[in-house]
Amino acid sequence: MNTMTPRNKRMALLCAISFLNLSIFALAGEMKDADSASSMQNTVEIKDFAFNPQTLTVKSGEKVTWINRDEEPHTVVSVEKQFKKSSALDTDETFTITAGAPGTYTYFCSVHPKMTGTIVIVKS
Amino acid sequence: MSDYISHDHEHDGIDRRGFLHCMAWAGTGLLWTISGGVLASKTLAEIAKAGDSLPSATDLSFLQISDSHIGFSKEANKDVTATFKIALDRINAMPTPPSFLIHTGDLTQLSKPEEFDTFDEVLKSCRTKDVFYVPGEHDVLNDGGKLYRERYLKRVEGKGSGWYSFNKNGVHFIALVNVLDLQAGGLGQLGDEQLEWLEGDVKGLGADTPIVVFAHIPLWAVYPQWGWGTSDSERALGYLKRFGSVTVLNGHIHQVLQKVEGNVTFHTAMSTAFPQPAPGTAPSPGPMKVPAEKLRSMLGLTSVQYKQGKTALAVVDSNLS
Repeated sequence: MNTMTPRNKRMALLCAISFLNLSIFALAGEMKDADSASSMQNTVEIKDFAFNPQTLTVKSGEKVTWINRDEEPHTVVSVEKQFKKSSALDTDETFTITAGAPGTYTYFCSVHPKMTGTIVIVKS
Repeated sequence: MSDYISHDHEHDGIDRRGFLHCMAWAGTGLLWTISGGVLASKTLAEIAKAGDSLPSATDLSFLQISDSHIGFSKEANKDVTATFKIALDRINAMPTPPSFLIHTGDLTQLSKPEEFDTFDEVLKSCRTKDVFYVPGEHDVLNDGGKLYRERYLKRVEGKGSGWYSFNKNGVHFIALVNVLDLQAGGLGQLGDEQLEWLEGDVKGLGADTPIVVFAHIPLWAVYPQWGWGTSDSERALGYLKRFGSVTVLNGHIHQVLQKVEGNVTFHTAMSTAFPQPAPGTAPSPGPMKVPAEKLRSMLGLTSVQYKQGKTALAVVDSNLS
């Protein structure tokens, strides 16, 4: 990947913060971010032509939702055709599947095949 | 400056004379003035403004339009139908209309029937009625290109997922499809069936036949990190190696880029909808927002002229300012 994923950016930011020994407020800000992320459980955000997080681990039976934050349509297609494929998602449109049998499932955007991601399903 | 040409400085294996000749026909501003090439020195907008007709020495002229993205309404251009109309107005303003148009894909934003309807409706205003298409990935989003093929391949004998060829004034045109059945992690793709067809399609042609290839995604590695390339384009170009003049016209990247490699000129056209960033200059290749007064200078179309006896075709870009 030629771009930093938001997760990398966050890591880099946290590193920078600890290096600079900045105040606790900045860290608190980061934790707040983490809180809001956990409220969007099992969500893969599509932004800047990338799936974030790139690998998501969920339990069998849980729902997984993708949301497109780009101005470009994207799709979610299982490489091995192991789950139903999405139609083209326009900006802010979502696509949800229910996680099936445990295993590792790779998927990609059939419009921009450079974009790939992985869902790891574990036993519930 | 309302008209410009941009090009890449890689011209390996061409001597000075050949280089100058070639670049004159590729339409590079400076060299084209030095050589005084009449045809290449007149851009579309200039011809329209001056009320001149195209020089009579031109044996064939056609226009490339690309990436109209009808249905797109985001900040980068809230009215892509209006800018598409402006592009057609420019064509209509030419005293001598082009023989035909080629559209290098992404007619629509989301492959919706109503978007195709709007595209067709607006296109009716164009004086030039003869249009040849190739699909962009935006035209084949949910149905593998079925609707696109039903609408836009009526007048040609489309093979496979919609590729075809035709002849005009001694020039052989090849329309390729590289936006379907894409593989995870990969780029644009032509596929074995289409490549085999291509090999057979050009087999009987003399090496002096000028070839024009058009497809949506560039057939050269513009910037693979952004998917701007076609994984098996080398094989396609291998079948065209023996020809003295090959012009490859693409869209997809919404900006003019040109590269000359031996006898092959690669050229990408501007969009009529919105610009995209130069390779690697943004986090992603999504629509680029520019100030409203600058937008039309980054949209445009491409005029291509062929004169018998010349080895390369003149490719000239005009923006919509």
